Amino acid sequence: MQYSILIYGADGAFDSLSQEQQDEIMKGHHELQAALRKKGDFATAKLMPTSNAVTLKPPAEQGQKPLVVDGPFAETKERFLGVYIADFETLDEAIELASHISSPIVSLEIRPVSWAGGLLGSEA
Amino acid sequence: MNFDAGWFENRFSEIRPKAVAALTRQFRDLDLAEEAFATGCLKAIRHWRENGLPDDPLAWLLTVSRNTGRDILRKESRLPPDEETGILSNPEEDYITRLDQDGLRDDVLRLLFICCHPSLSTQDQSALALRIVTGMTVGEIAAAFLVKPKTMEQRLTRAKKTVAQADIPFETPDMMERNRRLNSVMLMLYLLFNEGWSAHSGGDFVKLRVCEEAIRLARLLLGLFPGSSELMGLLSLFLFQHSRRHSRLDDLGSLIPLDDQDRTGWDRSMILEASALLEKALRHAAPGTYQIQAAIAAVHAQASHSDATDWQELERLYAALYRLEPTPVVKLNQATVIGKTRGPKAALDALKSLEESLKDYRWYHAACAAFYMELADFARARSAYLTVLDLFPTDQEEQFILKKIADCEKNL
Repeated sequence: MQYSILIYGADGAFDSLSQEQQDEIMKGHHELQAALRKKGDFATAKLMPTSNAVTLKPPAEQGQKPLVVDGPFAETKERFLGVYIADFETLDEAIELASHISSPIVSLEIRPVSWAGGLLGSEA
Repeated sequence: MNFDAGWFENRFSEIRPKAVAALTRQFRDLDLAEEAFATGCLKAIRHWRENGLPDDPLAWLLTVSRNTGRDILRKESRLPPDEETGILSNPEEDYITRLDQDGLRDDVLRLLFICCHPSLSTQDQSALALRIVTGMTVGEIAAAFLVKPKTMEQRLTRAKKTVAQADIPFETPDMMERNRRLNSVMLMLYLLFNEGWSAHSGGDFVKLRVCEEAIRLARLLLGLFPGSSELMGLLSLFLFQHSRRHSRLDDLGSLIPLDDQDRTGWDRSMILEASALLEKALRHAAPGTYQIQAAIAAVHAQASHSDATDWQELERLYAALYRLEPTPVVKLNQATVIGKTRGPKAALDALKSLEESLKDYRWYHAACAAFYMELADFARARSAYLTVLDLFPTDQEEQFILKKIADCEKNL
């Protein structure tokens, strides 16, 4: 079964951590990525802060273009920061591997994937 | 990973601007707001360690700090005694329904606006914002501004006294007033960033902190005013500049000119974010000086090396900037670009009109000298460099100028 590991937290929380704390968190991500790589293909993405986002609202009338609004879809305390998608044997395995990236600044949601497609990589 | 105080500090600095802003509206007293928040944080460390992070740390801290502030007032008999206010079982619930985003937006803007008091020097405005809004310590701010902690302490105390008498209304501002405040605050952040960015000797680390705090405040404001294209431009500009932080100083701490920087050291992901923000801002088709300056920075960021710079585009952008901000310094920058697009002769023609207004500005004479050198007019170049020496260059600049003067004299 494919599972997604969805990472939620405050915008920019990672960047305001000390170098040691950032290193500690990144170590967890590298451990998770190494474990996933051993298992096969996976996808992951870190999203930019929501201040870079625009939201498309459905048009008022048919035939019109959607309305573009600056900022995120909803004013929530926790933002969607990033995601991993991979194949896991069991939910327990997904939870176990996700624990690598658990930290005081994020909440993790593990949600089964019903469909996935495409293949994309980018180096920043 | 365990919840040690380090992680909490990160949370606190994230929450601080909003919390202190809301507490300032409530108590109308900066010192009390700061004290209440500091005590609230101490309580939070104890409580969060035992019970874990609350769902809404801001709401939790605000409620507890507010009660703490009232306790302080009561102790000083500035408030009548009433019911006991300790830590409630769930302070979030008490506050969460009343914490509305619009109110908070105006609170944060007001707090920053209070720091922009016109009778404060720009440096004191910056220092006050760093102390009150971001919570940097007096020692850190003093180090960043190269003054003694004691001096900074006195300046901050005086600045606080000045703003306490400012009498800025606490009612919800109308749209005009909100825009006016936003403009002042953006200018203050711009100057704050420049303060951190300016050439310096020593205090490197803490200077970077100032830039980071300016970026954090710009991010915070953009979160509260997501539709402001100039705010997007301002944050984009900061990020473009800051992406060069590892390449802009040599080992001695002196500035490396843009043309000579190792561009592989520029922070690509920061440039990516800056570009995304600028693109989003330009969709609004409402140009402003920060957006244009960000666009200028973008042109440099896109060039893999100095020769690949799109100087034509830069000339257009500087012309656009000059229309919005017709200052001699913008014109000087424009002339420097004209030197690249149309040669030294055209650049010197453009500089001619600045002779009077910039006669005491050493960069003006340095620019003229460089163009005379290009034209092999060594006598004029030498005399322009000699003028620079009279205008208090830094030690490093002086070394550089003396070398140039020797070059001129060899060719005379």
